[in-house]
Amino acid sequence: MNRALIIAEHFDGKLNASTAKCVSCARAIGEVEIDIAVLGADPAAVAAEAAALAGVRRVLTVTRPENSEALAAVWAPQLAVLARDYTHLFGPSTTFGKDLMPRVAALLGVGQISDVMGVDSAYQFRRPVYASNAIITVQAPAGSIVVATVRVASFQPAAGGGHAAIEPAQAQATLPTHTRFISRSAAHSDRPDLQTAARVVSGGRALASAENFKLMYQLADAMGAAVGASRAAVDAGYAANELQVGQTGKIIAPELYMALGISGAIQHLTGIKDARTIVAINKDSEAPIFEVADIGLVGDLFTIVPELEKLIRARKA
Amino acid sequence: MSPILVGIKRVIDYSVRVRVKPDGSGVVTDGVKMSINPFDEIALEEALRIRERNLAGEVIAVSIGPAEAQQQLRTALAMGADRALLVQVEAAVDPLTAAQVLLKLVQKHAPQLVILGKQAIDDDNGQTGQMLAALWDRPQATYASKLELDGIVARVTREVDAGLDTIEIDLPAVVTTDLRLNEPRYIKLPDIMKAKKKPLEVVTLAELGVAVPGERIRTLKFESPPQRSRGVMVKDASELVAALAQRGVL
Repeated sequence: MNRALIIAEHFDGKLNASTAKCVSCARAIGEVEIDIAVLGADPAAVAAEAAALAGVRRVLTVTRPENSEALAAVWAPQLAVLARDYTHLFGPSTTFGKDLMPRVAALLGVGQISDVMGVDSAYQFRRPVYASNAIITVQAPAGSIVVATVRVASFQPAAGGGHAAIEPAQAQATLPTHTRFISRSAAHSDRPDLQTAARVVSGGRALASAENFKLMYQLADAMGAAVGASRAAVDAGYAANELQVGQTGKIIAPELYMALGISGAIQHLTGIKDARTIVAINKDSEAPIFEVADIGLVGDLFTIVPELEKLIRARKA
Repeated sequence: MSPILVGIKRVIDYSVRVRVKPDGSGVVTDGVKMSINPFDEIALEEALRIRERNLAGEVIAVSIGPAEAQQQLRTALAMGADRALLVQVEAAVDPLTAAQVLLKLVQKHAPQLVILGKQAIDDDNGQTGQMLAALWDRPQATYASKLELDGIVARVTREVDAGLDTIEIDLPAVVTTDLRLNEPRYIKLPDIMKAKKKPLEVVTLAELGVAVPGERIRTLKFESPPQRSRGVMVKDASELVAALAQRGVL
């Protein structure tokens, strides 16, 4: 029997949706008992959310004041202790999991599999390389623990309705003090989260200014969509870094992705390949984004987007 | 003053459209342009700026790769690295082995900082920096978009999914670079000439005392990803809204 431990990602006392995706990945390996570890200064509320995920056997809470922020150097030694009882350790391929999991793997003396997008068996997985221009099948040795990050866009979240037991766990480890959290600047917004949104409106270099980029927010609000951006738009300062979609930003799989004024560099396409429907609006009819778009429209953003917003608002009214 | 160690990986240039070989054994590399991993250029640029502010000693560029990686190290020297070291290996090494190699070099050179790219754009693993920090038992600051040194500590702003985190780390430490940390400088012709005279040392894994591991994670095959096909074109906003409504995605 395989035994999988998933490290819960949480923020502001709420479980991140990435954790439910990791549960689905873990369930795909076959016969498996799944536990979730919740580290925190006060993990009770997050643990309760995790316990409701279908298919989870136990939720282990590790309560320490040092765990109030997810510092990899602090969390990794505790996870390395907890991992001893498991055949698999999964975390999300978000900045949280990508920062933490390799550190845990190195402490355990094993390699790590990044960005699992498909599961063939308990020890065989598929993952993207070269900005998703190639998919490789990899095999981990059966004799040692598998440590992997899960590409969240590739898995559906596990359903709710579960009733896992919540148990406090000891993870005896000496914690370093060489790494200290100072502050976080996060854009608080009422819009859907980019990583999990069903609809995303994304703007590129053609918006030409931060002022014009506001058009993206107006259209997104009309549609109930999250806002994304190309690297070019972020580099130019039109949009915040956390909005970047692509190989080195967020990899997303919404029902609808609207690429507005985005030419479609291969690194950007990597981030949206799994979207159900891609819409491209661009004044350059030769832009590579049209090669992957399900619906394309050649024209001027600054006239089309306000029209679009008006039409969509009218439909909803 | 303590040196800074910078990792330089030789990868297929970011502008190349990578293709899988028909037999699934790898990707096409014949006649393909090779370059420094873009995140590593940013790492080198940051190290050079720190040295130029007189906050560090030498900048040592390190590559782990085939003999041809000397080309990328010469480029690093032309950008301004003081010296270069190639740990020559024929087959690619995994991130844990790379971290073990870097640990040996850290023990030898006692740098205040090791600056690496947050990921290489070939295998897209993004693990080496974190693994080195674990083996070295030192802080890691991944996805750095701002790095400020203040004596024995560094303050690092990190690009994370939620926005920007700032952490404080004691030195020595490992920092991995994100895109917006800096813009790497262009190389001028005289720098290329100067780089030819700078020291470039070649060592083997055996000389460093690192055992070549069996493949920890074995790659069985390469495949091309499923392609999306070109869809329909619409004329204007109202046609677009109609098409979206028809697909039920509004």
